[in-house]
Amino acid sequence: MEKLLRIHRDDNVLVVKRLIGAGEMMRFDGEELVYDYPIGLGHKIAAEFIPKGEKVIKFGIPIGSATEDIPKGAHVHLHNLKSDYLPTFTLDHEFIGKK
Amino acid sequence: MSLSGKSEIIGYERADGRIGIRNVVVIAYLVECAHHVARRISMYFPDDPVHVIGFSGCYPNSYADKMMNALCTHPNVGAVLLVSLGCESFNRNRLLANVEASGRPVKLIGIQGTGGTGRSIEEGKAFVQSALSEIAHVPRAVLPFEDMIIGVVSGGSDATSGLTANPAAGRAFDKIVEMGATAIFENTGEMIGLEQHMAGRAVTADLGKVLIETVNKAARYYSIMGHGSFAPGNAEGGLTTLEEKSMGAYCKSGSAPIVGLIKPADRPGRKGLYLMDIVPDGEPRFGFPNPNDIWEMNELIASGAHCVLFTTGRGSVAGSAISPVIKICANPETYRRMEGDMDINAGKILYDEATTDQVADEIVEKIIRVAHGEMTCSESLGHQEFVLGYKSFEPLGPACLPAG
Repeated sequence: MEKLLRIHRDDNVLVVKRLIGAGEMMRFDGEELVYDYPIGLGHKIAAEFIPKGEKVIKFGIPIGSATEDIPKGAHVHLHNLKSDYLPTFTLDHEFIGKK
Repeated sequence: MSLSGKSEIIGYERADGRIGIRNVVVIAYLVECAHHVARRISMYFPDDPVHVIGFSGCYPNSYADKMMNALCTHPNVGAVLLVSLGCESFNRNRLLANVEASGRPVKLIGIQGTGGTGRSIEEGKAFVQSALSEIAHVPRAVLPFEDMIIGVVSGGSDATSGLTANPAAGRAFDKIVEMGATAIFENTGEMIGLEQHMAGRAVTADLGKVLIETVNKAARYYSIMGHGSFAPGNAEGGLTTLEEKSMGAYCKSGSAPIVGLIKPADRPGRKGLYLMDIVPDGEPRFGFPNPNDIWEMNELIASGAHCVLFTTGRGSVAGSAISPVIKICANPETYRRMEGDMDINAGKILYDEATTDQVADEIVEKIIRVAHGEMTCSESLGHQEFVLGYKSFEPLGPACLPAG
């Protein structure tokens, strides 16, 4: 059974739909990948090489930017993806806090 | 009943030209003090489509008034019994006049004037009996699929919601709009971080600006309510950014252009995809905008929704008065446990048993079958949830409904 799900055709990340165990060998697009920690349901794997600064696309829209070069097949999460939105939200939050 | 061809439904013809897919007798209490009498009347008709709705407040509220008037003249409603205590502030005479003008059988019972609980229940029961036989003869007419209005909500979400049920509902929304019908999504509180993207989908730049303001209003309102949990949470479930978290919910809206913004009980003027703004205008006054999923569904129905899609991961069992609710289950484990409550098993996408597109086709086929009279799970189980409270809204601005 496939372990990865592509939600939208434009996505450059795939979503894990079955737990990938630590050390488990997984075939992806002809390559063999092994992760040294478990990657659970809902986590993201790069579908292609994503250069630093490039948008990460899920659901067909940007969900943030890569903070480093992300190799194809790598886990995409807090360590290599940042929100493009948070600063705006933080400002709004401060505005409300002052009221 | 093909997806590509013209789908037609034989529905109930109403005097205002709208067509219903159900023929429900509504018993509406106009203050909480009349709720018991309304419920007892409905209990005589366990096997008939007799639904209780109502407004519990004694103080008047123009939003609640508009909701009740819209719901009592909804195309799925065939007849109306209004149950008033007698001293509440609700404008019962105007509601009675509006339902009369809509050509439906209607009766107003004032409990105080009628002589108390027992007599009111007897009178109400007699009316519902006669109304049920009268509306059995409502003329039937062709409802082209284009005239259908479909709403979507989610509730009891989990990590699977954004992977299976919500994308499938969004794909189904795209198909519904392609087929020429009208679709409504809501819950701007879940769209924070995506307002620019949503504005880009608006059919005019002015509407786009309004959509952005609407999401900003929601962000502010929920923060004041102490519901400011919009920071990227649930990293354990794989979510990294706020946009991503919001997108899991927002993807229910699909990818069609947004043709307008409406507020609860406003009717969409043209075909296509609408955002419903459920967050009150002005300073927060009456508490959480929608403290539960039922209220959201009831608002979509007040705007004319013939049926509502409801995506759930954890497993909500809720249905609604007036319009059928189609339950789309995101989580295959939940589906296994609660199959009797679920109309669509979207979780099978995770087991490679269907693609998102196939589940979307299933949803559209289900809508067509439900419009032909097939009961949804929540309908068969007797769910008729309804809740309505206080809100305040400004009228829609000129940019909200661009001419099409």
